[in-house]
Amino acid sequence: MAAVDEISVDEALKEPLTTFCLRLADFALVSGHRLSEWAGHAPILEEDLALANLGLDMIGQARALYTYAGVVEGEGRDEDQLAYLRRDTDYLSPLIVELPKGDFAFTMVRQYFVGSFLLLYFGELTHSRDQTLAGIAAKAEKEMAYHRRHCGEWVIRLGDGTSESHDRMEDALDTLWSYVGELFECDQIDRILIEAGIAVDASALKDQWLADVRSVFEEATLTVPDSEFSHTGGRSGKHTEHLSHMLGVMQTLQRSFPGADW
Amino acid sequence: MSAAAAKQDVIESDRQRAWRAAAAVCDPEVPVLTIEDLGVLRSVELEDASVTVEITPTYSGCPAMNTIALDVEVALEKAGFSKPVVKLVHSPAWTTDWMNDAAREKLRVFGIAPPAGSGSRGVLFGIDEIACPKCGSVNTRKISEFGSTACKAHYTCNACFEPFDYFKCI
Repeated sequence: MAAVDEISVDEALKEPLTTFCLRLADFALVSGHRLSEWAGHAPILEEDLALANLGLDMIGQARALYTYAGVVEGEGRDEDQLAYLRRDTDYLSPLIVELPKGDFAFTMVRQYFVGSFLLLYFGELTHSRDQTLAGIAAKAEKEMAYHRRHCGEWVIRLGDGTSESHDRMEDALDTLWSYVGELFECDQIDRILIEAGIAVDASALKDQWLADVRSVFEEATLTVPDSEFSHTGGRSGKHTEHLSHMLGVMQTLQRSFPGADW
Repeated sequence: MSAAAAKQDVIESDRQRAWRAAAAVCDPEVPVLTIEDLGVLRSVELEDASVTVEITPTYSGCPAMNTIALDVEVALEKAGFSKPVVKLVHSPAWTTDWMNDAAREKLRVFGIAPPAGSGSRGVLFGIDEIACPKCGSVNTRKISEFGSTACKAHYTCNACFEPFDYFKCI
């Protein structure tokens, strides 16, 4: 199936726009892959299907974004080459999504953070001057509304559940909190594209996101940490060792049999 | 009629023929609906005897898109158009609002509760009354928001006890 093949992007914007699309695509793919690791392992059948569906949404978003990144880059790379043949240090996803899936509590807190953030982010991106990105965002925004709601319900149920589930949620929250700051970073690449009316200023979404998170966690009887510290580096290719291991599994087929197709 | 106008007419009727061939392709997951019913088929263009078809995904991760693209190619080749090109477009984003009333009724008869209300952002989560496609009762309960495919949720009817799929409203 061919994708959009003709675009009109300013020569000066080509490089930042390619990076922008890859960051968002890597974000979606790594997140989707971690969700897919639950297939066959979720606590109940409905949740197994739900997590597979959430993962599928994100992998679908990643496919559209990789395809578009390849078109903007203009070097003939397709979605498979961008997903399966780039090294760990070429990946530009935030660190929060590459952490191992952990227990069910960890996955739910993470996907709640990611879903509620991307819901706001894609909502803004629907106003992008770039019609392809605006279209991808319009679809993804609605999907993220489901992610936020589904995981938010689990956050409340488990936080305000048994002492065991409450403790596990607290542990997950404490670990993940030190990774959320990176989501709201805005660097030179973002600023060039914000100036051009294409990208979204993530830093401007933080207050709204915090208010949303605080209200849900309060209902879950969980205390949101005050700390502002955040691990960072993923968006410029500096990752934890977890991503390398994940890519080792994810990329093995295309690396062993380049160009393999169904 | 001028020769140019006559040629234009031929192109137009070929375009319509191409549209009809593509429009008859059914969704592999919901075989009672064509891609035209769903609003997945966006455009059919004819230029110098080569056909370009644009389709749009219902969900970002919809695995049916590859099958649909292949089925459209086959349908067009059967209709006599060689080397048709199928493109995936993302803008404007698909919404259940594009599904007409006849299509919704076909879904219901097939046993899938059609999307209730509008998929616009404001009301996306306002609807909680889903009618059972078998007995029509609105005394139903949601089992899971995620069902057999990305576009469906899983429900059970409290009146006739039938489990059923609900085509989610987005």
